[in-house]
Amino acid sequence: MSLDLSCLTCASAARAVAAGKMTATELTEAALAAVAARDPGVGAFLEVHAERALRRASEIDASPEARQAPLAGVPVALKDNLCLRGQRTTAGSRMLAPFSAPYTASAVARLEVNGAICIGKTNLDEFAMGSSTENSAFKLTVNPHDPSRVPGGSSGGSAAAVASGQVLGALGSDTGGSIRQPASFCGLVGLKPTYGRVSRYGLVAFASSLDQVGPMGRTVDDVALLLSAIAGHDPNDSTTADEPVPDYRSLVTDDPGSLKLGIPRDWLDAGLNAEVRGAVEDVLARLEGAGARIEAIDLPHERYAIATYYIIATAEASSNLARYDGVRYGARAENPRDLADMYSKTRSEGFGAEVKRRILLGTFLLSEGYYEAYYGRAQRVRTLIRQDFETAFTKVDAIVGPTSPTTAFPLGEKADDPLAMYLSDVYTVTANLAGLPAVSVPCGNDADGLPIGLQVIGKPFDEARILQVARMVEDLRAATTRSSP
Amino acid sequence: MGVDSKVVDYVASLAKLYFDDEERELVAEQLGRILEFVDQLREVDVNHVPPTKHVIDMANVSRDDAPRPSLPLEEALANAPESIRDYFVVPKVLPD
Repeated sequence: MSLDLSCLTCASAARAVAAGKMTATELTEAALAAVAARDPGVGAFLEVHAERALRRASEIDASPEARQAPLAGVPVALKDNLCLRGQRTTAGSRMLAPFSAPYTASAVARLEVNGAICIGKTNLDEFAMGSSTENSAFKLTVNPHDPSRVPGGSSGGSAAAVASGQVLGALGSDTGGSIRQPASFCGLVGLKPTYGRVSRYGLVAFASSLDQVGPMGRTVDDVALLLSAIAGHDPNDSTTADEPVPDYRSLVTDDPGSLKLGIPRDWLDAGLNAEVRGAVEDVLARLEGAGARIEAIDLPHERYAIATYYIIATAEASSNLARYDGVRYGARAENPRDLADMYSKTRSEGFGAEVKRRILLGTFLLSEGYYEAYYGRAQRVRTLIRQDFETAFTKVDAIVGPTSPTTAFPLGEKADDPLAMYLSDVYTVTANLAGLPAVSVPCGNDADGLPIGLQVIGKPFDEARILQVARMVEDLRAATTRSSP
Repeated sequence: MGVDSKVVDYVASLAKLYFDDEERELVAEQLGRILEFVDQLREVDVNHVPPTKHVIDMANVSRDDAPRPSLPLEEALANAPESIRDYFVVPKVLPD
């Protein structure tokens, strides 16, 4: 077995398969070998579907037509809150430990139709609630750049699987930064699409007005390729937009023309780690040198974003997670006194501490006497946050800044302090509240060699533009060093 | 606002969750801190601001009211902790 995935990208692998220089089976075997060799030290996967993956690979190899697909033979990983028919889908929770998905998520089906090979399911914070993947009920995932640190979360397993060269790309989900922050911590490109760009059908619901499925990869080109595969209207998700899906890769060109970028005035203030600030300022200066115009903008209601986000996200979660009652699927507690006791016992045993905390908070916020004061008010502040972006986008094409206030933090550092963990999402939650597309792209490393991510936020359905900016950042960096774990 | 264990008990009963004494105290303290944090929204003037329930402007989406294939019964029941014939089985609802 000589094939090394770390020398490949999704795009180059699919090209090689199309040209007959490589087979889907070789790529799948390489991925399975990389999982066997590297995952014991990383902990990215909850389950590996070796047999299924090899069977699909041989189907592709046997069909001249399938070998020409845009992702032919490309090994990918799926966050384990995305359903794959006949396979366990746990969402990182004991509650769903016995659950086998009866259907496949639309985004996953589209990846497979485009030739991708699903290698397995990756670890996550339980029900995607967390920023470090430490809330998984099953295992610990570490950062491939430094195993004493978190990979970020909640799509930490997907990020770690790609960053350690076990697969070439992955799907995650992003409710408040869960694709972008782990991409930033692991040195990857990760994109949260516009709300409605990608179907949520078959995604285990957390907060339905905020959740989006999105791609993670090592290059901007790969993320554009994966996005083109999964985006588009889906009759099974009535919130998907009926907007045409462009070929994102062909729109990301070498000559972007003139770009106007906005940097929110207080994003580089105190509270931001000095090395992260330095890296972001440096890349902004270089973007300016490359012809982009950069101006300070104001997002006056941005400082209320975390509070608004945690009200809306927990309220929606408390409603979505009411379905886990031990009746139709998932775990059920033993020896209940009666039906009511069965519900409460099942939920108390099946959910972990953070999920229970958020359900409790969300239930409180929606309860009689508090609904309007908290949830109603948060929905109105959400309008103000959206309007701030609308105003900003009359002046600039995209908004840039840090993805996370720090680089990957040590395992255990914030595990016992929920509020500190929530505050680490300060730069990412606004894109979810406003429904905007946003991408994180590597822009440097701190003194310990840990990756730093630049976030680019765009107008609705303007994924091509933020990928363009990300590509410029990637090109500027290519001149200097490129780090890999 | 402060959260005491009575509030936790009431909300836990709505959410169908149990907490033991130790958990109850910790959760009350953590919820209190989180609520204190989100109380900052009180300083925002939201008079005359409409709520955002959904970020995309769309009306109800409907399809033709025509039957189409759905999950077969045996697959729908396959994940159930307990089932008999075409039914989900639950513990007794009313006492003897």
